[in-house]
Amino acid sequence: MKYLCIECDEAMEFVEADGPEEGSLSVTFICPKCQRSIALLTNPQETELVRALGVKLGGRTVPHEPFEQIRTTLVSKREGLLLPEGNEVIWTQEAEKRLAKVPDFVRLRAKKVIEEYARERGYREVTTEIVEEAREKGTLKCPRILSAEVNNE
Amino acid sequence: MPKKYKDIIGDGGSNIAGQVKQQIERLRSRMEKVKHKVAVVSGKGGVGKSAVTANLATALSSQEHAVGVLDADMNGPSIAKILGVRGQSLKIGENGVFPANGPLGIKVMSMDLILPSDETPVVWDAHTQKDSFIWQSTMEAGALREFFSDIEWGELNFLFIDLPPTIEKVSIVSQLLTDLSGVVLVTIPSGLSHLIVRKTITTVKELEIPIVGLIENMAGYHCLNCSKVGDLFKTVEDGEKMAEKADIPFLGRIPFDPRISVSSDMGVPFVLEYSDTLAGKAFIEISEKIKGFLGVR
Repeated sequence: MKYLCIECDEAMEFVEADGPEEGSLSVTFICPKCQRSIALLTNPQETELVRALGVKLGGRTVPHEPFEQIRTTLVSKREGLLLPEGNEVIWTQEAEKRLAKVPDFVRLRAKKVIEEYARERGYREVTTEIVEEAREKGTLKCPRILSAEVNNE
Repeated sequence: MPKKYKDIIGDGGSNIAGQVKQQIERLRSRMEKVKHKVAVVSGKGGVGKSAVTANLATALSSQEHAVGVLDADMNGPSIAKILGVRGQSLKIGENGVFPANGPLGIKVMSMDLILPSDETPVVWDAHTQKDSFIWQSTMEAGALREFFSDIEWGELNFLFIDLPPTIEKVSIVSQLLTDLSGVVLVTIPSGLSHLIVRKTITTVKELEIPIVGLIENMAGYHCLNCSKVGDLFKTVEDGEKMAEKADIPFLGRIPFDPRISVSSDMGVPFVLEYSDTLAGKAFIEISEKIKGFLGVR
């Protein structure tokens, strides 16, 4: 769509885009000659069309980010989705063995919780000591995870 | 006389056409490093497309080909589980998102790696839930485009695309990948499955996508006690006859082996552990035929 200031016979220029708010985008244009502004207010369907295209109204001012559309339109995503390369937490062999003793139905959750614990404290490596520390401090949000392991031992 | 649409250069500053062109260029640049892109489709759900995809990818990977698998089933993603990469974190690097690392180095991308829990469905943000459903397909197409263009697939010999049962995704993939190498069709020996798969064949032909061939999955039950293969389904014609009638190559039959299901649940591709079984051999023979079709040695 293009907007024309009929009085000046000038193409109007994009100023800013706000939203979406309550399913509507507000896009402001101005006549470069008389400075009259107008706002285009989209209905929910028009808003979704713009989002589905994965484009930025007013043009792109920052470079494309990977998974831009997924990150902005998918309602539920994993916490810490897309960690920077090198931000991964490494498990020592002993800690891995310890984790293997956790019943498989909670193993993934246990791994995630312990990695979060390590990351929050700046640890780059999960050792058996860190697993123990997480357990002793009771910071694990799911205490059953490690008690299940203890029962296995 | 006031200016008309064509008299005004540009679109008021958004350059929508330019942004879409950039998206296409990003996708093209990423995909040019992938030699062969093969979509696995059926049109019918429950025929074992994902297990077939994962095992064909593993069979080719075991021959030291660089292989990737893209799970295009946004709402029922199963590739991550079959290839044992659930729970892996996605890392972001300078040039994109690194895929999960599957058995034998198979690169894997699936919506399953993005969703926070087993129970979470894919829901797209919209003003109302009704709007979310209306725009679901369009949003999924956008997500699929990002799976192709934003994943650091690197140099691959094969990229398998596991499609959901819905037929419209074939059209979307063919629009995104104008150089799609071919489509592998999967059916089971049942009249109902044949009925649906025939429609898919017609669609694929209309889209002028090369057809690698038809696989008949669950073609008989391989009894682990007596080693005999008995009928699992009764149908008036087998897959080979169906392929002949549709004038497409027949790639082979894969007997149902209960260990395929067990292996899928355990995240270890069946063909990796049971390559010398009837089904294992079938996967390997079919992967050879796919290579033959694509002119790969």
